[in-house]
Amino acid sequence: MLAYVARRIVQSLAVLAIMSLLVFAGVYAIGNPIDILVNPQSDQSEIARATAALGLDRPLAEQYFVFLARAATGDLGNSFAFNVPAIGLILERMPATLELATAAMLIALALGIPLGLWAGIAPRSVAGRMIAAGSILGFSLPTFWVGLMLIMVFSVWLGWLPTSGRGPTTSIAGIPVSFLSIEGLRHLVLPAANLALFNLSLIARLTRSGAREAMQQDYVRFARAKGLSERRVVGVHVLKNVLVPVATVAGVEFGSVIAFAVVTESIFAWPGMGKLLIDSINVLDRPVIVGYLCIVVALFVAINLAVDLLVSWLDPRVRLGAER
Amino acid sequence: MNVFRALLAGTLLCIPSAQGAELRIGLAADVTSMDPHFLNFAPNVNIGWHVFDALTHVDEDARLIPGLAVSWRALDATTWEFKLRRGVRFHDGSELTAEDVVFSIERTLEVPNGQFRIFTRRIVGKESPDPYTLRLKTATPYAMVPYDLNSVFVVSKRAAARARPEDFDSGKAMIGTGPFRFLRFSRGDRVELAKNERYWGGAPPWDKVTFRIVPTDPARLAGLLSGDLDLIEQVPTADLQRIRRDARLATAQKVSWRTIFFHLDQRRDGGPFHDLRVRRALSKAIDRQAIAERLMDGAAIPASNLVSPPVFGYAPDLKPEAFDPEGARRLLAEAGYPDGFAMTLSAPNNRYVNDEQIAQAVAQMLARAGIRVRVETFPLNVYLTKGAKGEFAFAMLGWGSFSGDLALRALVATPDPSKGFGAFNWSGYSSARVDELLERAFASVDDKRREEIAREAMRAAMRDYAVIPLHHQVTTWATRKPLAYAPRTDEFTFAHHVRAK
Repeated sequence: MLAYVARRIVQSLAVLAIMSLLVFAGVYAIGNPIDILVNPQSDQSEIARATAALGLDRPLAEQYFVFLARAATGDLGNSFAFNVPAIGLILERMPATLELATAAMLIALALGIPLGLWAGIAPRSVAGRMIAAGSILGFSLPTFWVGLMLIMVFSVWLGWLPTSGRGPTTSIAGIPVSFLSIEGLRHLVLPAANLALFNLSLIARLTRSGAREAMQQDYVRFARAKGLSERRVVGVHVLKNVLVPVATVAGVEFGSVIAFAVVTESIFAWPGMGKLLIDSINVLDRPVIVGYLCIVVALFVAINLAVDLLVSWLDPRVRLGAER
Repeated sequence: MNVFRALLAGTLLCIPSAQGAELRIGLAADVTSMDPHFLNFAPNVNIGWHVFDALTHVDEDARLIPGLAVSWRALDATTWEFKLRRGVRFHDGSELTAEDVVFSIERTLEVPNGQFRIFTRRIVGKESPDPYTLRLKTATPYAMVPYDLNSVFVVSKRAAARARPEDFDSGKAMIGTGPFRFLRFSRGDRVELAKNERYWGGAPPWDKVTFRIVPTDPARLAGLLSGDLDLIEQVPTADLQRIRRDARLATAQKVSWRTIFFHLDQRRDGGPFHDLRVRRALSKAIDRQAIAERLMDGAAIPASNLVSPPVFGYAPDLKPEAFDPEGARRLLAEAGYPDGFAMTLSAPNNRYVNDEQIAQAVAQMLARAGIRVRVETFPLNVYLTKGAKGEFAFAMLGWGSFSGDLALRALVATPDPSKGFGAFNWSGYSSARVDELLERAFASVDDKRREEIAREAMRAAMRDYAVIPLHHQVTTWATRKPLAYAPRTDEFTFAHHVRAK
């Protein structure tokens, strides 16, 4: 078990190194950050001075090794656009994204699993058909459009909820969160619902097909023959088997939701780190882009590890890192 | 409940201090830092103007007016004297003196990667014979000192000594003399300000101002429609009609200082753009009026200059080129291209209002004159680097300048790093006469004379079709009635210029 975790961590370090090299070369190929960052009123000597100040006048290989040497000490460099450490910048915006992503995943799981079970147990009922059809709609509608529609309906027409932004925050152990106040929750509802829609549909469909399959299995028939109540059959035996793929997918999706919540964050002006990434790509703010992707890779590694542990607990047949 | 609401609405309308309330503004671009001497980036400077002042201000037509300095004059060709306004107090109660101004000028040179040094690095000597007089010396005659100081915010020496950018973001060093006091900056989300009762220009009408950062156009508009926001900037042209029909909303428009034009590559030997007739033909083939009216929904003014009409150095006698496709064909035939030629038109696709659509429209217009145009567009981050490397034949660019001579210096002067000429001259255009006029303009400390020379340089460059001007953008703000905004050429959104009519 420990060996397994250690091996995963070594693997992820290798991934980080390769990723940083790719991003470095990629940003270099796109363009020169100075051309965007420099003030239009600047003349050539000013442009040359700014280029040298950021170390962009040196060969790419040299820039990369300087970066690696600093990164080894935990310093990913200062943002070109904000003039503050890139890592600090990302971490400052992370709570907002984590809060949004967690709220979205909770909505997706809390609604998706029951709806999927219902549709899986009674696939031919009206409700079952509606859930199946609705879920197709849910993951085929573009997030961008759905977000705007939510704003139009709930904020502009009905006037129930604010159009955008994050509500007032309360600090828990130094981390600002907004779900503790009514106003904060009101701001959270629409973006979280928007972000949840895709995963809600995905999880509902996964649960539905899992449940339909499980209902045909022998163990369900045996359970019924044994005289167990329908509630126990579905709620314990079916659910536990259905949850294995759902947990795997939900884990991966949670990572994606954190890393790529950018569409929702942009529409709802949610001050998360997805927006930071897009802004940084637009001005080729390399330290922030590299730092962001490093953090995302680390997050994915951590989530996948957690999912593996969870699955092995849900399904005792799975043994982690078993030698063959 | 409804009765209550009606009563509440009634009282709000009756009390004149609806003016004393909170103002919520939707900004279109992210504010990256509070440090007034770091990044010269419009959203940051916009906030800066609320908390700080500069020695000189500009009015809504982008013309220089007194700010913290009540007057200024050139003592000789290399010395400028500024008289400071007396009795101006910082938000912490201390009085403004020349010492704070000197400190602020020095700080622009010290901030790591700071972008405001271009406005102060020519100043070689600073002295203040008394706390309300400041004399600045330059090494060579330099006319732009009062203009340059418009970009240098004056911070409190006491509060900002050894302050890092983080100290401004947290508010510790955010002590200025401006119309609003700093309350809070939440990155990517909002900036909150409160009224400065003792502002030297008169206290602003708002107790509290919240700038919300809402970069997505439809979301910003939705915020205004739902009442979450009172004022939004950068209204997209596609929504103009709809807003004008809405009785609850009002719009304010003003020609921006941003001019859209095309660079034409004149570096490569044997290229068609070496021939003045070809450059002229391309200009004639473009129907500027149609683009301004239909594509921009009226939010553009056909251009004949590289700066917009209110700006210093605009030559009013130049008229926009008339649309004349026949004349264009004739000129091309005269120049030896009776069947036209093929070229690529390059443009950014995320920078200027409707940039990609404009590129498409211009391409079709040029096609009617017989030129086969392929359009390629890039995001700005790719575009600028390619342009700087000289990879484009016919390229769209937008430019905002304080004055005509500055625009010409950057865009059409013969590139010369030692003089700072032609830093963005992607065309490779070169004219000895334009260069000479520009040198004379920058050395002239008499504003009237300088404007005359700047106009002459503009005429020389435009009559030579150094570049092809297209239009001046018009900026639109929208407010919820009864609020009204006094629109500005420099595109800034100032809370203290919002009034309830």
